[in-house]
Amino acid sequence: MNTERAKDYPLRRREVVAALLRDRDEMLVVTGLGASSWDAAAAGDHPLTFPLWGAMGGTVSMALGLALAQPERRVLVITGDGDALMGANGLASVTVQNPANLSIVVLDNERYGETGMQPTHTAGTTDLAAMAAAVGFQTTGTVRDQGEFDAVLPAILRAPGPMLHAIKVRAEDLPLTLPPRDGAHLKDRFRAALLGPEAG
Amino acid sequence: MNDTMPAAPTWPDEIFRILRDFEVAQMAYVPDAGHARLIERAVTANEVRAVPLTTEEEGIALLAGAWLGGERGALLMQSSGVGNCINMLSLAKTCRFPLLMLVTMRGQWGESNPWQVPMGQITEDVLKLAGVLTFPVDSVDDVEETVLAAARMAYEGPAATAVLLSQRLIGAKSFGK
Ligand SMILES: Cc1ncc(C[n+]2csc(CCOP(=O)(O)OP(=O)(O)O)c2C)c(N)n1
Repeated sequence: MNTERAKDYPLRRREVVAALLRDRDEMLVVTGLGASSWDAAAAGDHPLTFPLWGAMGGTVSMALGLALAQPERRVLVITGDGDALMGANGLASVTVQNPANLSIVVLDNERYGETGMQPTHTAGTTDLAAMAAAVGFQTTGTVRDQGEFDAVLPAILRAPGPMLHAIKVRAEDLPLTLPPRDGAHLKDRFRAALLGPEAG
Repeated sequence: MNDTMPAAPTWPDEIFRILRDFEVAQMAYVPDAGHARLIERAVTANEVRAVPLTTEEEGIALLAGAWLGGERGALLMQSSGVGNCINMLSLAKTCRFPLLMLVTMRGQWGESNPWQVPMGQITEDVLKLAGVLTFPVDSVDDVEETVLAAARMAYEGPAATAVLLSQRLIGAKSFGK
């Protein structure tokens, strides 16, 4: 494993997430536990963001159920490499359903950030985009710098999926910005915003 | 020959009809022999989406997402799959997502594969510990009203529920003699 290289990756996760969510319109967003949820909160809490605080490994599967239920809406996953690896077999289930509206972004800092920055398998030779391609994703990519990110951002937000992009981001410990933590509240406000107040 | 063959069980069709009455739109599953008929119904019906999973905990998260998006789901698995779900059940409990699990039991009644026994013997207890309401059913006559009761409490609660379809009801699979 290479535990040095990610310290120098040029892309910064907070800026990446802010750009992903800047013109979010009607987009539905599910974020993985830990830093991804904090990044989304730092970009601005929103009722149509469901920030997980647990259920590690479940982010992609949860977004799949949502994408199938809401085929007219873009569904964006923002999660960490640790969460994506734990739920990696869920990627295969995505390709069986093949939802065109599902876009997965993995903020790959090659670390379990939340638990003390231990290296994940992507600090070794594991390649998340290649894993996604191997289970049948037609659109995958690894993004390493600002130019590549700017070029692929419109596709991440709008092109037909399902797709997975691993964004190599700097391994850094950032100040916590916490979204609401009551899961029942997060669920009810999401449903009310999406389906109308009586659905809450 | 034919007249000695047991008739194909109709309880899976009853379950399917109840799921349709409750407007279940996503039926997720990891296969079990006991669920073969219900899975076939899900796969061939136009009005529900069958979602094959690689592991059962995917289904807990999938159906939480479905509910966020306004759709109801049901999750089919055998009892060993319950063991794969434990941590993910915290999602249903913390957020109060409705959940209807239909679990075919192994390791419980006339089991001839000892590897099924450890998980089959603790299935109901671990579900209860994880905050899931359990509805064991032993006889064909009780399937319909049990699934109905569990579905009501799942979707109208909301609550996490599991119907445990006993091995006695399904018929134990035999290996060799
Ligand atoms: C099932 C389970 N195992 C372990 C943990 C502990 N844990 C919490 S966050 C986390 C790391 C998440 O890493 P990653 O998804 O890469 O996110 P990062 O913080 O690096 O962005 C771990 C291991 C947990 N919450 N649940």
